[in-house]
Amino acid sequence: MSELILKTAAELADSLAAGETTSVELTQVHLDRIAAVDGDVHAFLHIDAEGALSQAAASDARRANGDALHALDGVPIAVKDVLTTIGLPTTCGSKMLEGWVPPYDATVVKKIKDAGLPILGKTNMDEFAMGSSTEHSAYGPTKNPWKLDRIPGGSGGGSAAAVAAFEAPLALGTDTGGSIRQPGAVTGTVGVKPTYGSVSRYGLVALANSLDQVGPVTRTVLDSALLHELIGGHDPLDSTSTTTPVTGLVDAARAGATGDLKGVKVGVIKELAGEGWAPDVMRKFNESVDILTKLGADVVEVSTPSFQHAMAAYYLILPAECSSNLAKFDAMRYGLRVTPDGDPSAEDVMKASRDAGFGDEVKRRIILGTYALSSGYYDAYYGQAQKIRTLIIEDFKKAFEQVDVLVSPTSPSTAFPLGAKLDDPLAMYMQDLATIPANLAGTPGISIPAGVSDVDGLPVGVQLLAPVLEDARLYRVGAALEGAIGPVLSIDKLEVAR
Amino acid sequence: MTAVPDSLGLVGFDEVLERYDPAFGLEVHVELNTNTKMFCGCPATFGGEPNSQVCPTCLGLPGSMPVVNAKAVESAIRIGLALNGSIAEWCRFARKNYFYPDMPKNFQTSQYDEPIVYDGYLDVEVEGEIFRVDIERAHMEEDTGKTTHIGGATGRIHGADYSLVDYNRAGIPLIEIVTRPILGTGAKAPLVAKAYVAALREILLGLGVSDVRMDQGSMRCDVNLSLSPKGSGTLGTRTETKNVNSLRSVERAVRFEMSRHAGILDAGEAIFQETRHFHEDTGTTSAGRAKSDADDYRYFPEPDLVPVAPSREWVEELRASLPERTADKRARLQVEWGYSELEMRDVWAAGALSLIEATVAEGTSPQAARKWWMAELSRSANDRGVELAEVGVTPAQVAEVQKLVDGGSLTDKLARQVFEGLLAGEGTVAEIIDARGLAVVSDDGALGSAVDEAIAAQPAVAEKIRGGNQAAAGALIGAVMKATGGKADAKRVRELILEKLA
Repeated sequence: MSELILKTAAELADSLAAGETTSVELTQVHLDRIAAVDGDVHAFLHIDAEGALSQAAASDARRANGDALHALDGVPIAVKDVLTTIGLPTTCGSKMLEGWVPPYDATVVKKIKDAGLPILGKTNMDEFAMGSSTEHSAYGPTKNPWKLDRIPGGSGGGSAAAVAAFEAPLALGTDTGGSIRQPGAVTGTVGVKPTYGSVSRYGLVALANSLDQVGPVTRTVLDSALLHELIGGHDPLDSTSTTTPVTGLVDAARAGATGDLKGVKVGVIKELAGEGWAPDVMRKFNESVDILTKLGADVVEVSTPSFQHAMAAYYLILPAECSSNLAKFDAMRYGLRVTPDGDPSAEDVMKASRDAGFGDEVKRRIILGTYALSSGYYDAYYGQAQKIRTLIIEDFKKAFEQVDVLVSPTSPSTAFPLGAKLDDPLAMYMQDLATIPANLAGTPGISIPAGVSDVDGLPVGVQLLAPVLEDARLYRVGAALEGAIGPVLSIDKLEVAR
Repeated sequence: MTAVPDSLGLVGFDEVLERYDPAFGLEVHVELNTNTKMFCGCPATFGGEPNSQVCPTCLGLPGSMPVVNAKAVESAIRIGLALNGSIAEWCRFARKNYFYPDMPKNFQTSQYDEPIVYDGYLDVEVEGEIFRVDIERAHMEEDTGKTTHIGGATGRIHGADYSLVDYNRAGIPLIEIVTRPILGTGAKAPLVAKAYVAALREILLGLGVSDVRMDQGSMRCDVNLSLSPKGSGTLGTRTETKNVNSLRSVERAVRFEMSRHAGILDAGEAIFQETRHFHEDTGTTSAGRAKSDADDYRYFPEPDLVPVAPSREWVEELRASLPERTADKRARLQVEWGYSELEMRDVWAAGALSLIEATVAEGTSPQAARKWWMAELSRSANDRGVELAEVGVTPAQVAEVQKLVDGGSLTDKLARQVFEGLLAGEGTVAEIIDARGLAVVSDDGALGSAVDEAIAAQPAVAEKIRGGNQAAAGALIGAVMKATGGKADAKRVRELILEKLA
């Protein structure tokens, strides 16, 4: 194992700039690491060694000419398999899209390519991003590098595990209800859900269009800021994309690293604690709150009463949107086609293909969503859920009149054993209790490692939330907290081999 | 479902009206002629190689997203304003969810309860009487792909061996214009329906927002019809006859459904709400899909698009730039062209207003333009059951022929033969004149002998002319024309006769 894989993306960028290493070397050591440990972790669905090395060689040539495209030019990255990539399979963790190779790049993929980041491969995920454990992947679960019989979180368990296992210094994830932040929390990594609309969704195979957002998965707050600035900004191909420039995040992370939070008001969310929250998680969380106080922040408790309905609203809006989004998988133009015996009609082929191509969790949500949108039920379900959404937005607004950022544990427990909640969808859904409100309101959030549990030695995450378009606050407070807590993830704490 | 009586005998039209009041409504789909599609940058032109004008968005590939075509929104607003409608200050697109192989996403991006245009109207004239057609809404949506069913007897999906889908049409911007139920038209219901579609087409042509070619599907009509007991003031159960694609068919569809409904109601049976297919060849309808509460499109606002909120300033700008209102234009042209009220009404009813206007713009006199369009060409259109605009002759060709008549190289009689050739698709005006040998004979040598023969054959007439009665020359001119098969230049013949008998 090369010590290079232990460096952060910012450090690797500096090494490249100083001529101490090359992109080809960096890419190769990460490919070697993948070859060594991914058999155990299963973070990747597709590895593109050839493509990554050729992009790395091109990066080195540019740098030799003094034409580096970006600070991160040459630093390799992994991409969640829900983002389209020209020439690379994009399965969304589903049999339905096995072998499908998109003819176009997602805007965020184009951006990282244009900046010169070699793409190592595509990471595992719950099927169509539905799940909190990666166990709903049609291609088998990803394991938590800390303890291989534990879940890595989901749906973006592959991206988080790849970064935690030092298989990649950076990864892209997507977060619809916590799919970046919750895997971050249970793998001891940093995950950010940017403000809704501030990162293009074009080429993100939609789970729930009004909730989805692409974001960075990294090992440090600064690395997230670097990647976030790179992928953010207006995209004319995404009508919901905001026109506000995504800047100042790296500066905020550097400012926060000084450890001074004087004058910053932090609100502890009253509703995201208590029953249902593991005591070891709460102990770690409370330590983080104490650290914030010590750094000079003014910590108060705030109440967001509508958050208690967030889960219910989320599980109406999400299935409604996804039931419609997934209708396009009809075996007519791409993807799995199952032709029943006899003389099947187009409708028979659609039915058989959808039956074979979708897993149980996907079917469950399609049925839920179809029901929620049905004539006569729309007002009672989808309509009511939208009203709750408005209340949650108002709760955030009121809270942010009192404080600059909100804080809560990211996830109610540390990584649970594989299989533990597979037969209990509701228990699985509860994993996202603290992360869902930000998706419903479009506000940004970050999860950073708060330390390890005093019970099982597994990482605990702390979540910071900021007002819409105030993502910089997450980086300032997050970097300060990260510095004071000290490193949580280290290769020696992992069960996967060094 | 209970067995549906498709038809229990047709009731004569006049008899229907003795017992029932008809109510009808029209849903007209208009393909806009924008350069690009509704939600992507693909060309929106007609006739490309199948599946050559497609991209991830209009193919519904995973991850693709729509972006609204601003030009289409502008066209929708202009249509709304021309139809005297209100323009929504804020409206959204919605997904209409249903599965069909030519629907790339298996939902159609449309508008549901927030149309961009609402509460308009259009006044239409039938036999001198004005009927106001209330327009409930006009909304924006995307077209589906086009499916061709191969094999099987009916050309429909059932029984087909296989089907081909062309997604070039998927995503073409559509405006759907929906009327309220139109009541109180009685015996004129079929004509009012036709007149409404004709008037709508005229407005859309004037706006330049669509090709409005019913034969190519860029304008498509669904006809809703119901009957209620005479004088009851209620609305009966309706049927929806889909894809009625000519003005004449609109009239026939209303007429046929009135007769069919009456037959069922007379027998004490109920009308089932269903969609029906129209058959151009027989002018009849047949049962399509049962339409009931089972049809649940699960509409919800399209989360990938932001609301459309046209500013009032923009709307007023568009209002100010609207072309002349049709009624005003009609009145103005009647004066300019010197037509009588009756002539103008006939021109309007024949759908010839724009055609004559275009012909006049090419330099033809209004009288000559009216003559060709209302006589030769209307007759041919009627015979073939097509719209005048689709008869196969363009205003430019009419003007070209008339120019030759004015210049003396064609007679009216020869011009008629040119039109015959044009209608038969024999080529350009020049090609037809050439191929059919229709050039006027003005060669003095050839005409001279014909004139001599005519003079010799009618000495008494010749004597009159010698005596100074020039009007008598007509008889000799007629004889020469007859002798030359109508190809002689009448003006030159007259000159020759007068010279020879001076």
